[in-house]
Amino acid sequence: MSTIWVYAEIHDGKLDPASLELVTKAKQLGDVEAVVLGSGATEAAATLGKYGAEIVYASDDQVYDDFIAQPHVHALAELIGDNAPDMLLFAMNYDSRDIAGRLSARLGSTLMSNVMEIESVDRAKTAIIGGSIIVDVALEGEPKILLARPKSFVAEETGGEATVVPVEAEIPEDAKKAKRVERHEEAATGPKLEDAPVVLSGGRGLQEPDNFKHLDELASAIGNAAVGATRAVVDAGWVPYAYQIGQTGKTVKPSVYLAFGISGATQHIVGMKGSKRIIAINKDEEAPIFQISDLGVVGDALKILPQLIEEVKSRKG
Amino acid sequence: MNIAVCVKHIPDPNVPPEMDGKYLKREGVQGVLDPGDEFGVEAALQIKEAQGSGEVTLVSMGPASAQEAIRRGLSMGADKGVLITDDKLKGSDALVTARVLAAAIKKAGEFDLIIAGVESTDGYTGTMPATLAEFLDLPQVTFAKTIEAGDGSVKVNRQTAEGYHVVECALPAVLTVTAGVNEPRYASFKGIMAAKKKPLENWSVADLDLSDDDVAIKQDVAEQTPAEERKAGEVITDDGTAAAKIADFLQEAKVI
Repeated sequence: MSTIWVYAEIHDGKLDPASLELVTKAKQLGDVEAVVLGSGATEAAATLGKYGAEIVYASDDQVYDDFIAQPHVHALAELIGDNAPDMLLFAMNYDSRDIAGRLSARLGSTLMSNVMEIESVDRAKTAIIGGSIIVDVALEGEPKILLARPKSFVAEETGGEATVVPVEAEIPEDAKKAKRVERHEEAATGPKLEDAPVVLSGGRGLQEPDNFKHLDELASAIGNAAVGATRAVVDAGWVPYAYQIGQTGKTVKPSVYLAFGISGATQHIVGMKGSKRIIAINKDEEAPIFQISDLGVVGDALKILPQLIEEVKSRKG
Repeated sequence: MNIAVCVKHIPDPNVPPEMDGKYLKREGVQGVLDPGDEFGVEAALQIKEAQGSGEVTLVSMGPASAQEAIRRGLSMGADKGVLITDDKLKGSDALVTARVLAAAIKKAGEFDLIIAGVESTDGYTGTMPATLAEFLDLPQVTFAKTIEAGDGSVKVNRQTAEGYHVVECALPAVLTVTAGVNEPRYASFKGIMAAKKKPLENWSVADLDLSDDDVAIKQDVAEQTPAEERKAGEVITDDGTAAAKIADFLQEAKVI
């Protein structure tokens, strides 16, 4: 039986939901163990157990909150040396990317990213060229390192209790070089982008930052809707980074996705093509987004938005 | 301050990509400097200009045609370039790429900063710079939105899922920059002419003190299949009734 390790990221003591998706997937492949490092780790270990992790290596040491990647790699390399797992699973998130990347060099292990499906400990799938081609990749060596896109798997609670093994790695001073000195996180209002059943997303076609107010207004008219954006408008500073949907950014799979003034660059499509239904409004009838839309409207998003807000308000009474 | 910038020559992202067997077709197609790397080159030039001294060296791995990407960076103002070309490197994974670039950077000189884009626009692996940092035994700060390079340290606003963190890091270090960190300059005619005379070294794996085992690729495409296509649905032109049709759709989907 293979042993699969899941690296579970925590932020401000909260477990990254993608780590539970990975635990569920790993359970289909072998025995599941998890590693969780930073404030709140021991508490998170109990949750990981409920989803099927049998052993959780945990440390609540704040060194993992304060410094980027290097302490984690140091601890993981020690644990891996002692336990020799067959595969390491990470979610494709900011900190995990860095940790997995460094670990690849430390262990000399091949790394595959953007993983969407894992068939066995030596085979995994990803999509290339805007998701048009699925490649099935054979991996050699031990342990393999995989970075999976969040929401590739559905987390299922199985009930269970993990044996928690404290991580007692001594972190050397030279692994404490990149230090977080301030945290600026925008407090999210309304439903989270990743969880909202309706996502309203804006791109360059909205013409100016102020026009995002129409999306906010439509979101509150619909209720249970969240507002997102393309990388282009996030990079242009129109809306905060937390709005970004796409390859870099969030992956969403709402019941309905409405794209306003979005042409449909690969970068964006990858983050939303799993939506159940897609509605796109764009002036350009050639926009690639129409190729994946259930309802496409060739028209001016700025003209349609106020009308749609009124329609929704009147129908909801 | 001496800065190395990792750059990649990629098939023009504005042209539909073609496959060459298992790999993305790279030779005989229109290529460009990865647009994500222009931000890295610009960041390096701005730091050098602010400090008033130092050199910017571009480092790339790829087929001979990848020289074009380096020339483009040189025409923006970088000082010199290194290209590693070797048939053995075709189809390299991020691990081998990072190992080769690390060896080339060590050979090219002493650097205070190594800058790369967050991820390439053709492959999107997104881990190469962190792997490179580990090979160089340096810290890394990825996803920089702003960079303040000081004496012996750097202060970075690093993107996070819900905002940003301010990170302070001792130099030397590896940084990755997001699009939006700066506004890359255009190459002037003078810059383009000057770039032709700037030094560009061509190295192979043998020049880097790496064994065949070091460049052995441990992943391989076993199979390729077309993805299940989402079918395009109805496309209508707005004649004033589109808002009502969208609302109908939302009602059918039971979200209003």
